[in-house]
Amino acid sequence: MTFRVHVRVMPRTGLLDPQGQAVEHALTALGFEETGEVRVGRAIELDLEAASRDEAEARARLMCDKLLANPVTEDYLVNVEED
Amino acid sequence: MPRVAVVRFPGSNCDFDTLSAASRYGAEAYFVWHRDRDLRGADIVILPGGFSYGDYLRSGAIARFSPIMQAVQRHAADGGPLLGICNGFQILCEAQLLPGALMRNAALSFVSKPVDVTVEQTDTAFTCDYEPGARLRLPVAHGEGRFTAAPDTLRMLEAEGRVVLRYVAATERSPFQPNPNGSANHIAGICNASGNIVGIMPHPERAADRLLGLTGGVAFFTSPISSYQVGPASGQPPPSGVSDR
Repeated sequence: MTFRVHVRVMPRTGLLDPQGQAVEHALTALGFEETGEVRVGRAIELDLEAASRDEAEARARLMCDKLLANPVTEDYLVNVEED
Repeated sequence: MPRVAVVRFPGSNCDFDTLSAASRYGAEAYFVWHRDRDLRGADIVILPGGFSYGDYLRSGAIARFSPIMQAVQRHAADGGPLLGICNGFQILCEAQLLPGALMRNAALSFVSKPVDVTVEQTDTAFTCDYEPGARLRLPVAHGEGRFTAAPDTLRMLEAEGRVVLRYVAATERSPFQPNPNGSANHIAGICNASGNIVGIMPHPERAADRLLGLTGGVAFFTSPISSYQVGPASGQPPPSGVSDR
């Protein structure tokens, strides 16, 4: 079966995210004064073949651990849907 | 004559400067391509600066999986001297040959300027020709040089004397912020437990020629040759392990 995997990689909470801060300042400058903390991460979509949803998720997590996220500075969320 | 392999990735751009500096100070230096699998008998390996694979995903994240990196890992595991400069440092962290990670500069801007550093550890393959505590002026040029590690990793690096270079103010009254990127503990470079693997953000190859105005980087190229003449890796304890996150 083909699955579509959505991976969301975010800078780990507590680590300085200067990119997020810059966007926060820009939003405030645009008049969105209600803006609170902004954090900028990365979204990755990929298709993969697997026998089951569990297997697809396990493979996707391995991909995150090995390449898609940096275990020192980032956290990730994996969401699998049947294609 | 010791052989220095300078590894080129697509997007490396300090490769010629590094080759030139290594050749000038007594080594036979040559390029190896990221697709090669053989370091061709290298005694010393240098990963130069640049933007390997366009910095896609994260700096150094893709370069880590280049075919040549398996040979580089074996060289390092055997105690061979391995230096990562700037993007090379980012690759060493991504490859878990050094702990921690290099994140976007705290001030968001790309920083290209000379900075002052102290040499805090001279018992490494690349700093043994420096006097302990020597102050150097070396250029930095990076957008992602903010060294970060888990608190216990930082404590371990400090306790084991594995901070090799640290940013310092030129003088006590210097108006300039000494740390160009907001790195933890003002760290500019670190080494592994046995001192054969060193990663630094500053560019010694840009400070290795009187014509260019700065010469503080020269000993990064003479040190591994001095230790080579003593006998490569012979006086060093075996590395504790290749993986070191």
